[in-house]
Amino acid sequence: MGSFKLGRMTLRSLFKKPETVLYPVEKRYEPEGLKGHIAVDIKKCTMCGVCQKRCPTGAITVDKEAGTWTINRFDCIQCRTCVRDCAFDCLTMEPGYQKPATEKFSATETKPEPTDEELAEKARKEAEKAARVKAALEAKAAREKAAKEAEGQ
Amino acid sequence: MGKAQVIPFGPQHPVLPEPIHLDLVVQDETVVDVLPQIGFIHRGLEKLVETHDIHQYIYVAERICGICAFGHSMGYAETVERLMNVEVPKRAEYLRVIMHELSRIHSHLLWMGLAADAFGYESLFMHTWRLRERVLDIFEAVAGGRVILSYTLLGGVTNDVDEPMLAHIKDVLAGMKKEYNELCNAFLKDTSVKNRTVGVGTLSQEEAIEYGIVGPFARASNVNNDVRCIGQGAYGELSSFEPILDTDGDCYARVKVRALEVLQAIDIINELIDKIPGGPILNPVKGAPEAGSEASGILEQPRGEVYYYCSGNGTKNLERMRIRTPTSQNIAGMTMALKGCDLADVNMIVLSIDPCISCTER
Ligand code: SF4
Ligand code: SF4
Repeated sequence: MGSFKLGRMTLRSLFKKPETVLYPVEKRYEPEGLKGHIAVDIKKCTMCGVCQKRCPTGAITVDKEAGTWTINRFDCIQCRTCVRDCAFDCLTMEPGYQKPATEKFSATETKPEPTDEELAEKARKEAEKAARVKAALEAKAAREKAAKEAEGQ
Repeated sequence: MGKAQVIPFGPQHPVLPEPIHLDLVVQDETVVDVLPQIGFIHRGLEKLVETHDIHQYIYVAERICGICAFGHSMGYAETVERLMNVEVPKRAEYLRVIMHELSRIHSHLLWMGLAADAFGYESLFMHTWRLRERVLDIFEAVAGGRVILSYTLLGGVTNDVDEPMLAHIKDVLAGMKKEYNELCNAFLKDTSVKNRTVGVGTLSQEEAIEYGIVGPFARASNVNNDVRCIGQGAYGELSSFEPILDTDGDCYARVKVRALEVLQAIDIINELIDKIPGGPILNPVKGAPEAGSEASGILEQPRGEVYYYCSGNGTKNLERMRIRTPTSQNIAGMTMALKGCDLADVNMIVLSIDPCISCTER
């Protein structure tokens, strides 16, 4: 029993530096991995739409035709599902919260028009693929022919 | 005896951040009857299983209650894992229990602060919440969020906690324990606290059993219904677990049970950090629950036992999800404890059950 059981702790805190910070002059430290906002590396994005499908709140809209990736940051609950599920690692969670606003709005990223080099690279890859397919088909036809001949004998 | 009058309490009341309405029938400053009314913040979260698949529903379950956010996601995940016969890696089980016990510490500290505020001890309130901040900082460093963690996944957890971080958690808890003991001293020995709590809102053991109350509210009336004793998940690996009980059943006993549970939670976390095994943290869950399958699960949350039921229908969405939360159990006991008390003690008694109305109404 007795009073002023908290006296010592209270006295001590008189001489300590305050627990709070003077926001917005001072900012709290932001630990690594703080769930602030989703950032997209639009160059890597293939517009597959998996993030749109898995997002629990429907915050992401992917428009493959127009080449745009849109997020409504006010709907996003920072669950990291899209970051985990994107097969091309183009989404990341970064510190820094969305600033408050009087109305919800979306942020849109547009996939840049491919440069000549990228176009050339794509054409080269497609040509390679076509060559591979052709070679495979020819090999198959040859195999079948050989098999038929073997049967005929 | 004067004439009986009805005094409304809530839904907006300074002592409670959440809306519950009580009609207090009062005769000469003494409460003779209480009629509770709920339903002010029903959000229909159970219905959302129809539009959110089993993985997405974790984030809905988390939002049932802000304080037990982690507990609800863990309870939901455990139940769905049982439904689909998924084995969770040991390390993930340990990490879940560590986070859950940290949630218990922050929930109890929050409650103790609110209780101090209710009996008018402002500096005690501030110190308790200052200490609670340390736990929230741990959450922020581990999961990236302070309250809503989104740390659970079906089949495990989202990210591992490395050795230095585990050591850091132990350090923080050791520092906290020292300060917390001082706070405990104030809560349990200070005359001004005792004056407001000893002998107030007493509920006997028989009444506690009769009304089926759960959690620290029941344990203060010497009813042992701590689900952690069953030893689910990593709780089964503890060397010993003794629930904290008290026999008095008054507000002071409830303060005491919660105050000691914080120390117990610190010990549990330390023990689990020492024992934590290595290995994977996620066993990805694929496919959908079978049609007609059913599972249920229980979990001891800071406010008491929560019961989860779910059934599958062969699709990615559950057929039905049902959650029974501790406060919905405890409201009946609270009305009993309120009968015969002074009008001035009503807020202390209402607070002493640690009501969580958003859990209750979902
Ligand atoms: S999942 Fe990744 S690659 Fe697919 S649309 Fe989303 S951001 Fe682009
Ligand atoms: S973090 Fe979650 S809510 Fe936000 S955009 Fe990604 S999936 Fe949607």
